[in-house]
Amino acid sequence: MSRYAGNSAAIRALVRDQEVHRDVYVSEEVFQLEMEHMFPNSWVYVGHDSQVPNPGDYFGTTIGTQPVLLVRHSDGKVHVLHNRCPHKGTRITSETCGNTGKFFRCPYHAWSFKTDGSLLAIPLKKGYENTGFEQSHAASGMAPVRHIRNYRGFVFAKINDGGLDFEEFFGESLSSLDNMIDRSPVGQLKVAGGVLRYMHNCNWKMLVENQTDTCHPMVAHESSAGTVVEVWKKAPHGTRKPMAVEIIAPFMSPYEFFENMGIRIWDNGHGHTGVHHSIHSDYSAVPGYFEKMTAAYGEERAKAILGEARHNTVYFPNIMIKGPIQLLRQFKPIAANKTLVESWTFQLVDAPDMLLERTLMYNRLINAPTSIVGHDDLEMYERAQEGLHSNGNEWVNLQRLYSPDEAGQTNVAINGTSEWPMRHQFRAWTKFMTMGM
Amino acid sequence: MTIVAEAPLVNTVPTDQELIDFVVREARLIDQQRFDEWLALYADDAFYWMPLEWNQTDPRLTCSLMYEDKLLLSIRVERLKGARTFSQKPKSRCHHVLQTPQVDSRDAAANRYVTWTPMHYIETRLDEQTLYAAWATHHLSVEDGRLKIKLKRVDLINCDAAFGNIQLFM
Repeated sequence: MSRYAGNSAAIRALVRDQEVHRDVYVSEEVFQLEMEHMFPNSWVYVGHDSQVPNPGDYFGTTIGTQPVLLVRHSDGKVHVLHNRCPHKGTRITSETCGNTGKFFRCPYHAWSFKTDGSLLAIPLKKGYENTGFEQSHAASGMAPVRHIRNYRGFVFAKINDGGLDFEEFFGESLSSLDNMIDRSPVGQLKVAGGVLRYMHNCNWKMLVENQTDTCHPMVAHESSAGTVVEVWKKAPHGTRKPMAVEIIAPFMSPYEFFENMGIRIWDNGHGHTGVHHSIHSDYSAVPGYFEKMTAAYGEERAKAILGEARHNTVYFPNIMIKGPIQLLRQFKPIAANKTLVESWTFQLVDAPDMLLERTLMYNRLINAPTSIVGHDDLEMYERAQEGLHSNGNEWVNLQRLYSPDEAGQTNVAINGTSEWPMRHQFRAWTKFMTMGM
Repeated sequence: MTIVAEAPLVNTVPTDQELIDFVVREARLIDQQRFDEWLALYADDAFYWMPLEWNQTDPRLTCSLMYEDKLLLSIRVERLKGARTFSQKPKSRCHHVLQTPQVDSRDAAANRYVTWTPMHYIETRLDEQTLYAAWATHHLSVEDGRLKIKLKRVDLINCDAAFGNIQLFM
């Protein structure tokens, strides 16, 4: 029985000021509506243009659950195409990424398409003469996603015509992407090191929320980060602190650390933790890096760029970036109770290799399916996905440091342990779910 | 559970059979969750490497599933004992099925021995049981009359697949 389709009042009723109904996590119908409305109405991260450096290069991914291709056309521009043959729906590409040459060719009936998606040729074309084929959906080729934006290499796409334009959607939050990119002396990033793919049996929003949840590390990660701290205490006095300990130990910082770290709220569900400092603040200097930055930007500007400690920046709906360590995680929805987490890493072009080494170490220590920190988190998500089926209480509490006047406020810095970012994500969720309903 | 103690090498240069017995024993210690004894099989400068890419050559500037020194391995072993290690409540169990290890190279002068072992590894927790297929490459050397692991490399046949939790050791 349909409870939510076409019923924007029912959708709105799922999100209250201080709590959300469990159906936002467990209902397959709500999940399908997210795919139908919320994702198509939002600007969703597709990929980085360094993944498709040459004409004909492509990379396959999803917007919500819809398969799309990021492709570099012969004119040098990137396009985002729906990855299905307009004829019978066959997925066009065989590999996740590669080079298709001057055109795509469907492996089923050999229809071919230019790399902007337009129809190039059909075998036995005369069979379509006098059939009105020119007016068909198929005649226009592989359907492009019409609204795309390449922001300094980061490609976002919006499937629906409605909704907000790119600048309005992201507003001041783009400063976090800027800061990550500016950490390269030449202002350029390159996807590097490979992607970690980690399957989660939980709703995708649990992962998004957790990015700004600063009251869980010292509890859920006591087993991993706490053990690191304990084992490290036994190291002989004067032993140099290894990079791995620098990375994991700060997860055990006390509540006061996270309270004072601060959170910033922007429009449309975006925001970041680490306004003043963060768990990334005290990494050892990488030899030669600051000198390169100073030469490129001048000392004052270099210090300002590197002084940003932004911990996790959430871009609604489904990515998080870590500027100080050049990492991007995407939470790809598969079903109400299934999410694929992809953790991507970037090389700062023209910066010392040791930065990439640290980025990759962080990624495998924290974000891999073999990561002890990852195990801590996933255990909590899966227990929540299970516990939410209890009818004893149908609501999830997001009340911490709630203030009645917070709705509508933007670009404010607040206490680092507030659940405002989660409430804020759900306000955006309601907005983009019901827009056009 | 039968506890089989490790025998010291008969001579300074290990026989092929001693190399094979060592590799088999390592898997047994994991399956029997004797992790402290297992860790003692590793040299102080050892690495445990589980590549992310097919035919990966670089553990530093290419990401891996695991590339851990003995400190990180000992942290894992300690964590498994922890009272608040919630992802191990209840605990996982695991099971190795090894093909007979093959001695790929032996260089007594350099004290370097390499074995290659195709294996199936099963990890289970609660109602879930997952099968992995992999090749383990052991780089061994003799220290104080005993074999030690300098590098264990585990290449999963589907190293680039999306996995759920892998919590123990292959």
